[in-house]
Amino acid sequence: MSDEIRHVISILMENEAGALSRVSGLFSARGYNIESLTVAPTEDATLSRLTLVTLCSEEIVEQIMKQLHKLVDVVKLMDLNDYPHIEREMMLVKVDVQKHGSCDQVKRLTDIFRARIIDVSDKTYTIEVTGNRSKLDAFLQALSEARIMEVVRSGSMGIARGSSALTV
Amino acid sequence: MELTGAEIFVECLKAEGVDTIFGYPGGAVLHIYDALYKEAEHVNHILVRHEQAAVHAAEGYAKATNRPGVVLVTSGPGATNAVTGIADAYMDSVPLVVFTGQVPRHLIGNDAFQEVDIVGITRPCVKHNFLVTDVKDLASTVKKAFYIASTGRPGPVLVDIPKDITAARCEFNYPKEISIRSYNPTVKGNKRQVRRAIDLMLESKRPILYTGGGVVLSGGAAELTQLARELKFPVTNTLMGLGAYPATDPLFVGMLGMHGTYEANHAMHQSDLVIAIGARFDDRVTGNIEKFCPHAKIIHVDIDPASISKNVKVDIPIVGDVKHVLADLLEELHSRKDWQTADISAWWAQINEWRKTDCLHYEQDHESIRSQFVVEKLWEVTGGDAYVTSDVGQHQMWAAQFYKFDKPNRWINSGGLGTMGFGLPAAMGVQIAYPEATVACITGDGSIQMNIQELSTCMQYQLPIKIITLNNGYLGMVRQWQEFFYQKRYSMSYMDALPDFVKLAEAYGHVGMRIERPADVEGALKEAMAMKNRLVFMDFITKRESNVYPMVPANAGHNEMILV
Repeated sequence: MSDEIRHVISILMENEAGALSRVSGLFSARGYNIESLTVAPTEDATLSRLTLVTLCSEEIVEQIMKQLHKLVDVVKLMDLNDYPHIEREMMLVKVDVQKHGSCDQVKRLTDIFRARIIDVSDKTYTIEVTGNRSKLDAFLQALSEARIMEVVRSGSMGIARGSSALTV
Repeated sequence: MELTGAEIFVECLKAEGVDTIFGYPGGAVLHIYDALYKEAEHVNHILVRHEQAAVHAAEGYAKATNRPGVVLVTSGPGATNAVTGIADAYMDSVPLVVFTGQVPRHLIGNDAFQEVDIVGITRPCVKHNFLVTDVKDLASTVKKAFYIASTGRPGPVLVDIPKDITAARCEFNYPKEISIRSYNPTVKGNKRQVRRAIDLMLESKRPILYTGGGVVLSGGAAELTQLARELKFPVTNTLMGLGAYPATDPLFVGMLGMHGTYEANHAMHQSDLVIAIGARFDDRVTGNIEKFCPHAKIIHVDIDPASISKNVKVDIPIVGDVKHVLADLLEELHSRKDWQTADISAWWAQINEWRKTDCLHYEQDHESIRSQFVVEKLWEVTGGDAYVTSDVGQHQMWAAQFYKFDKPNRWINSGGLGTMGFGLPAAMGVQIAYPEATVACITGDGSIQMNIQELSTCMQYQLPIKIITLNNGYLGMVRQWQEFFYQKRYSMSYMDALPDFVKLAEAYGHVGMRIERPADVEGALKEAMAMKNRLVFMDFITKRESNVYPMVPANAGHNEMILV
């Protein structure tokens, strides 16, 4: 077995009830790992695009690709690891800023990370930050002084660079 | 003209050329049963006694004919009872279309009477499934279901139809052609790979053809036989592939795997080129994967890309329909003028040495009947030409070892899932497909009781199946494993209260026979076969603690067989 690495798999599938559970069910039935999974309709409303991140060996990712392709609802898929690609994840963080000085500190970190404060109350800031996974992790790490109340992450989305594209 | 959903359903079956369906009525499918009542001369509905049996019967029908089997059951328990059969068909790639009734749309999700999410339940064990949400989609969904079930790697497709849809009306229009953008199975194999495969085949000094159920499913037995005979390569079949190559042919070295022959398994182990065709390197075939075919390059022909390099790394994969690829291999071979294989005479000499082990040898004394003897006599009495179904256990292995299948589609058993209770309903499906054929169900005293209620169905439709029960008073395969691996602690592997099968058969209106002496076996079989129009239940009282040999123990290599 070769070493496990992180694969970002993009899937175009029929935008139909049950399609998502066929994909997630395949992973649980065959014991494959899912690190994150995100899905939404595309510009063509009959299609959904799903990005799935998994940690596995080369042999397993080959099986995963074949098994996914076998699902009747799956139209096309690509392992973005085979292409130069961009990966992004969005995160919303709510922090408690009641402690003296924490407003300024959070504002400064937000600027450094090119994040945005999207909601303010007398007790909280809510920050939106986009980037790859490690940037989001780093932002949370940097915020550790402040009291984090809530974190929402979208899971990774990916797209190939240049003219390679996953389209029907 | 507008038709109701129920009428559309029946019209779809007619348009698909479905002559027989297996099912059981209930609340959610009453409209459909009413429509069937009016079309009884077009679609023959077989009423089973349990929904599981409906699915196995449809499997038997499909396996014998290579046409999709069709099932109709009601919602809730009707649907859940069908699940084992559906899972069985999924494992053995049997083309089936299973229709389940569903509660009316407005009640879905309400925990309504006889409601179950059968689409959700069956998702992991179907090739695909559908919930029909609009009567306008019904006809095209049925068309898709038949198309998906019977193309590519075949499998079961389930269509769940809410009751109100069977009452709703719309214009009926059955699509002639259907295309699904996300479903395009590969049929033709890659030419370059075919050339590389022939290159290797002509160089190999120790080749073996390892062929499976895919050959039977694709209808490629004739092509396989021609290829093997031209190359003079040894052939071994998997359990599912028996009959794909004639068992009485000298090139045939027997079944491989856990209870395969000594020569087949040793040939696999020593081979330098394994040509796998329509087989999937199942764990019962490979034994310990680390020790599997250590010296061989592997060519793998399969219609399902996901089967390739799943368990064993393959050198030359060829994705395509087995029948097509075999024809391409033959064409490529013939395109090479004066082609010759390497000298494989030493290889054959070695195989013939292994054969001398006579690994299937058994002694039939005068005291107690050996199961192997019954199967051999059945083969003789039926001229090797019967359709044989089986259940799961020792009797299944003995049937596979001792009934020499020369034709495909004759051996009908539950290989992948290993479903006890498969044999009798499967035999019903075969007998309905071929009313004139001899259909024998080889079973055990445990398995037969798992769907014995179908004796009633057999009476209703006058199905003259010959049931061969190899009765040793044990769940024999469980007992064998307990003998080998659990120091003979026979935990729950025997039944203390077996019924009198003769009286039971008679109670259902059939003929029952009990055979206790070896000398009576042949005569009894002949007598039973002579009763052309009767189901005969033959209860053979066999040697109690008999084991299936040879055996590759779990996790051992092919060269580590237990002989006797």
